[in-house]
Amino acid sequence: MAALIATVMFFSAAHSVEEKYLSVYSPVATYTLPVLERSGHEYVGLLELLEPLGRVSSESNGHLLKLSYNAIDAEFVAGKTRGRIHGRDFEFSSPFIIENSRGFVPVGSLSALLSRFVGAQVNFRESARRLFIGDIGIQPSFHLDAGDPPKLVISFSAPVNPTIATAPGELRMLFKRDPVVSPGSQSISFDDKIITRATYSENNGVAEFAIATSQPLMASFSGDRKTITLSATQQPTTSNGTPSGVSNGSPPPNPPAAAASVTAAAVPGNPVSAPRRPLAVVDPAHGGDERGAALSDSLAEKDVTLGFARLLRHELETRGFAVALTRDSDTGLTLDQRAAAANGDHAAIYISLHADSLGTGARVYTSLLPVEGGAKGEFRAWNSAQAPALEISRAVSAAIGGELQKNAFPVRTASASLRPLNNVFVPAVAVELAPGPGGVADLTSANYQQRAAAAIADGVVSVRDRLGVQP
Amino acid sequence: MIPRSLLIGVAILLLLVVAMGVYLRQMRRRAGELDSPAAALLPVAPPPSGPTETVTLYVADDAAGTLRARAAQIPLPGGRQQRAEELLRALLRIYQQPGSPHPLPPASDIRSIFLVDPGAAVIDLNAPFADQHRSGILSEQLTVNSLVETLAVNVPGIQRVNILVEGKTRETLAGHADLTQTFDVPTLEQAANQQ
Repeated sequence: MAALIATVMFFSAAHSVEEKYLSVYSPVATYTLPVLERSGHEYVGLLELLEPLGRVSSESNGHLLKLSYNAIDAEFVAGKTRGRIHGRDFEFSSPFIIENSRGFVPVGSLSALLSRFVGAQVNFRESARRLFIGDIGIQPSFHLDAGDPPKLVISFSAPVNPTIATAPGELRMLFKRDPVVSPGSQSISFDDKIITRATYSENNGVAEFAIATSQPLMASFSGDRKTITLSATQQPTTSNGTPSGVSNGSPPPNPPAAAASVTAAAVPGNPVSAPRRPLAVVDPAHGGDERGAALSDSLAEKDVTLGFARLLRHELETRGFAVALTRDSDTGLTLDQRAAAANGDHAAIYISLHADSLGTGARVYTSLLPVEGGAKGEFRAWNSAQAPALEISRAVSAAIGGELQKNAFPVRTASASLRPLNNVFVPAVAVELAPGPGGVADLTSANYQQRAAAAIADGVVSVRDRLGVQP
Repeated sequence: MIPRSLLIGVAILLLLVVAMGVYLRQMRRRAGELDSPAAALLPVAPPPSGPTETVTLYVADDAAGTLRARAAQIPLPGGRQQRAEELLRALLRIYQQPGSPHPLPPASDIRSIFLVDPGAAVIDLNAPFADQHRSGILSEQLTVNSLVETLAVNVPGIQRVNILVEGKTRETLAGHADLTQTFDVPTLEQAANQQ
């Protein structure tokens, strides 16, 4: 019996271990990195940290990592706390690590490390694992309009896109990709019976406002997404006019017990009028236990696609797209989840990224639709959801192929029976990156990936009018 | 004094024990041979013999990324279903030869082909075919195209093809090519011609 209890406790504890993340906010990119623990210290991948910020190339022999970031050269030795950046020594707080030819740096040294590389002011909130490069923090301010019903107006110094969730007695706004900072005080109280308090916290790379409320709140956005207005909704009433579930003298009711989570864009009544940046969903194929193709003895397709996706995100963001990665760490997703990510957000374009050691250059695929399917009234078969967008997808494929060719990539465009392309109802392509003249090593070369990512982004931009995007 | 008859009886029993031991050892060796991987690679049935026919095999070429039509003389049995199976086995033999333009695992095989409906065919692959297949969009799609087009060109009337693995639907061939869908032969041919 004791063994059974111990086993249950062990698995409960194991299940509750939270994955750790670090969020980086900079003027050129916002991204999240997985945090690893080694010998009691926290680490993040060095290339993954620098790639979204600029041009990176690197080589490693498993013991020594040589890296070039823009015009800055650096060298780091596995197991050593001392490295060299731009000809000067740099001291890590714990030893540098190389695993599978990838370098990892201690989280405790990030502030000093990035200052040396990017030469900008770096503010690292280490306990929350939120790293700000430059003065880009978004300041919130609160104003309570004590009417009937009351409204809490939260103004931000820049557009925000939080995930909003409701739970009994509170509404939570999670800022995963916005560099929102504290309003000055961790907790703000309001002189109102319904909306009583706003509490700020930040943890594991995410900032959060929890709004204490005794009634369900409705969120709406305005002012180019710089303002969020939370209004108390009217309580549903029973036939005798009493708020449901409430008797006289009882405490005010809580919002529905079942927690609900919606993205800000899906909040009903959203009165956004300013044009939003078009959304590109970039899907690094495979992940987690699904390694994809074995590109070499130690290199898995899932790792190449993730790094490639981060570079493509940067390239698309600099060309005016908002970009969502289906995964930003080594996690597994089903094919249906990947399709749902594009469909749910009504993306302008869905790009699935693959890598293969076979052949050279790159291959761009569109869906090879199956026999079954076709529309049934307003419903379309899941396996042929791509049909209405296929023509535009082919135009995107041709444009990407043309840009890759301009950049000296041997290119093939073709159709493939490849999920989840068939299940995506927005324009969708898959790009399979193959080695260049340098062989399989090219697949991990930041320079090679960067050229491919820039060409793909140029291709997408060249047909943005066909994607329904204003130039 | 031990009776002579008893000695003879014991000697006979000893001889029987030795003979049984030898026989048991031979049986074990034979069973081991049957279980060995080498035995598993042997074809289940001998290749058909008799008059040969000229067929067109669509052979995948990884380097070119396309299919190449290749005429071949192979013996084919009389039944339509058996002909289809032998046709694809002839294709597999090309892929399993050293220096193949599109290498497939040596243990790959076609378990059976069902011509279930006018115009529909179901190809049932064995597990090693999918488990040991090279992973990648190009390689997997070439395999699918090669099987479907070879079948469609040489077995008149086939318009739709499904691919199973060990009799069951499988999500992908080796992580990429979607095997849950029905392949439409004209669509596949049209796509192949555009490449």
